[in-house]
Amino acid sequence: MLTVNHFTILSAVLFSIGALTVLIRRNPLIIFMGIELMLNAVNLAFVAFSHFLDDMSGQVFVFIVLTVAAAEVAVGLALVVAIFRARENVDVDEIDMLKG
Amino acid sequence: MPLMLWLIPALPLLGAIINLLVGRRLPRALSSWLAVAFMAAAFGVAVSAVANLVALPPEERVLRETLYEWIGVGVGANSFSVNVAFWLDPLSAVMILVVTGVGTLIHMYAVGYMEHEKDYARFFFAMNLFAFAMLMLVLADNYLLMFLGWEGVGVCSYLLIGFWYDRDNLAVGTDEKFLSPRSSATKAFVVNRIGDFGFTLGIILMFWTFGSLSFAEVFPKAEEMFQIGAPVITVMTLLLFLGATGKSAQIPLFIWLPDAMAGPTPVSALIHAATMVTAGVYMVARSHVLYSLAPTTLTVVAIIGVLTAFIAATIALVQNDLKRVLAYSTVSQLGYMFFALGVGAFGAGIFHLMTHAFFKALLFLGAGAVMHAMNDMIDMRRLGGLRKVMPITFWTFLIGAFALSGFPLFSGFFSKDEILTAGFTSGNIVLWVVGVLTALLTAFYTVRAVILTFGGKPRWKEGEVVHAQDEHAAHGHGERGLHPHEASPVMTIPLMVLALGALFAGYVGLPSVLGANLFGQFLEPVFREPAVEISPTLEWTLIGISTAAALIGIFIALRFYLGDRETPQRLTRYYPWLYRLWSNKYWVDQIYDYVIARPGRWLANAFWTDVDGKIINGAADGLGRAFRNVGQALRSLQDGYARGYALAMLIGIVVVIAIVIMRP
Repeated sequence: MLTVNHFTILSAVLFSIGALTVLIRRNPLIIFMGIELMLNAVNLAFVAFSHFLDDMSGQVFVFIVLTVAAAEVAVGLALVVAIFRARENVDVDEIDMLKG
Repeated sequence: MPLMLWLIPALPLLGAIINLLVGRRLPRALSSWLAVAFMAAAFGVAVSAVANLVALPPEERVLRETLYEWIGVGVGANSFSVNVAFWLDPLSAVMILVVTGVGTLIHMYAVGYMEHEKDYARFFFAMNLFAFAMLMLVLADNYLLMFLGWEGVGVCSYLLIGFWYDRDNLAVGTDEKFLSPRSSATKAFVVNRIGDFGFTLGIILMFWTFGSLSFAEVFPKAEEMFQIGAPVITVMTLLLFLGATGKSAQIPLFIWLPDAMAGPTPVSALIHAATMVTAGVYMVARSHVLYSLAPTTLTVVAIIGVLTAFIAATIALVQNDLKRVLAYSTVSQLGYMFFALGVGAFGAGIFHLMTHAFFKALLFLGAGAVMHAMNDMIDMRRLGGLRKVMPITFWTFLIGAFALSGFPLFSGFFSKDEILTAGFTSGNIVLWVVGVLTALLTAFYTVRAVILTFGGKPRWKEGEVVHAQDEHAAHGHGERGLHPHEASPVMTIPLMVLALGALFAGYVGLPSVLGANLFGQFLEPVFREPAVEISPTLEWTLIGISTAAALIGIFIALRFYLGDRETPQRLTRYYPWLYRLWSNKYWVDQIYDYVIARPGRWLANAFWTDVDGKIINGAADGLGRAFRNVGQALRSLQDGYARGYALAMLIGIVVVIAIVIMRP
């Protein structure tokens, strides 16, 4: 019998993998994947709670998150292209101009 | 005809405003004669106002006119108000006639004296403004308005002493080192400020005591509320007198007046001899009700007066600069006036003020004519023999000198004799003796100045080039050789009119054995002095003693400077310390420098560098530096790696969530 705990633990594991991907990898495309992983981990948690609490608002949230994620990837990829054009390089360790 | 007292100060003010606003665009002659015209108009109004005053019976001789309420506070019994109001009684009548009359003549003379100056508009602006302030001072009906005029004349004095602000040293043909006009002006202002401080405190104490500052209220209240010798009145009068010592150049504040000679000569004549410096005398005489209640203060006034008279006379003995001899003699004569006030002879003091205005203005204008003729050279060691070159100046100067010496039948004789008689009958024999001795010295140095300047053989050559220490100093003369000449009529006419005054002004105040003291009677309603009855024998004796003092002084000077020229030098050799004492002016300037100026400067420096620079500025800087250092330390966190920020966000979120979950 699947309980809500199974889903939340899976969600937490996915979220952690996504977060580690964002923190560790240097390729911006991989980092985007990490971000997507985190977002979808949260989506999983939303859907699970929606099902177990018998409340549709969790699923409505998921749709909003999906939309925002699509927009975010579009903007993010555009930034990556712009940075590549300017610097011929998209290694995030090289991009450190934004400092005090 | 309605009273027009306000016109008397307003006319010179209008002249000043015109010269200030458009004077530089007017032709020179128009600008300068405009100033003279406004002074003359003020004189005319003053004469008609005094005529109105004299038409009244003696007991009612006070004309008052209120222009508007200046300061008004409170209602009923606790109200306090100060009006811009004028008060003309015999005392202020004498003052306005002297200020506008002598002032007009000096303005006229200045037209000729300043004809080579480029800044004529600025000069006549300040002169007219001075006349305005001085007339406000003497016409005010309360102490606050008087103080306004008092400060106003101070400012004008500052502006005019520093008229040649771009020159460093005015000495011509000599190596003597004098203060620059700039420093002299500052010195006059700062020294006067000390006196004004006392005057201000006096006014505040008066307000505190009487709740009013107007003459009409303070004087009756003072007589009603206080016995003779009341401490409050003594303190009040001493504070007012401190103000008077500043403005009227008495010990301990006399040091500014000799340096004030750095101004153009008409300024020295008008401000630093005839009118402004008498403001202190006027103020004490005006407050005679208060002073009569404070015998201690009167004693102080008399002692300071006589001491100043004597010390200034001794310094004048050894000065080489003609204008400085006259400056010290002014200090000395002002001392006489205070002596008179101090022994309660207010009328005699004002009488001497009046005669002194004539003959001292005359002497200064004569000295100015000499400067004009000699390319501004005024050192008496290089003058001599000018009587043939400039006869009018010589004769008028001689009349002024005799009046100053107290030569019998000249104006100064009568006024000085009245003061000495009053000093004797008041019982202050020591002071009287010093006064007589000073009269002897006065006669000596005056005649010395006349002989060195006009007598003997010339100590200059026709066509000789005298060198100014400061390149700009020889105003308008450049490096042209000496060509002494008599001054133009615009300068000699005032000299002659003033000479008439110096000759005859004394006859309005004859001693009782010779006739009536009209001047004393005129002032009697103001001062209500009891007439001192003295026997004709005593009076003749006193007249004889003052005459003898003057004649002995004149005789010694003639012996020294016309006869055996070696004597003064021998005396200098025999008594070198005395000569050094006098020619260094008792080292008063140096003493003040060491006792007051240097500690003051040191203290100011300490406050500047240590208190302000280190503590206050340090606190402000330190605070800024602290924030900058904290920022510097924190900026290393901002390393520009997006991953670092992400990690920080993650840690933050984990911590926040942990706190939320762990919360009991």
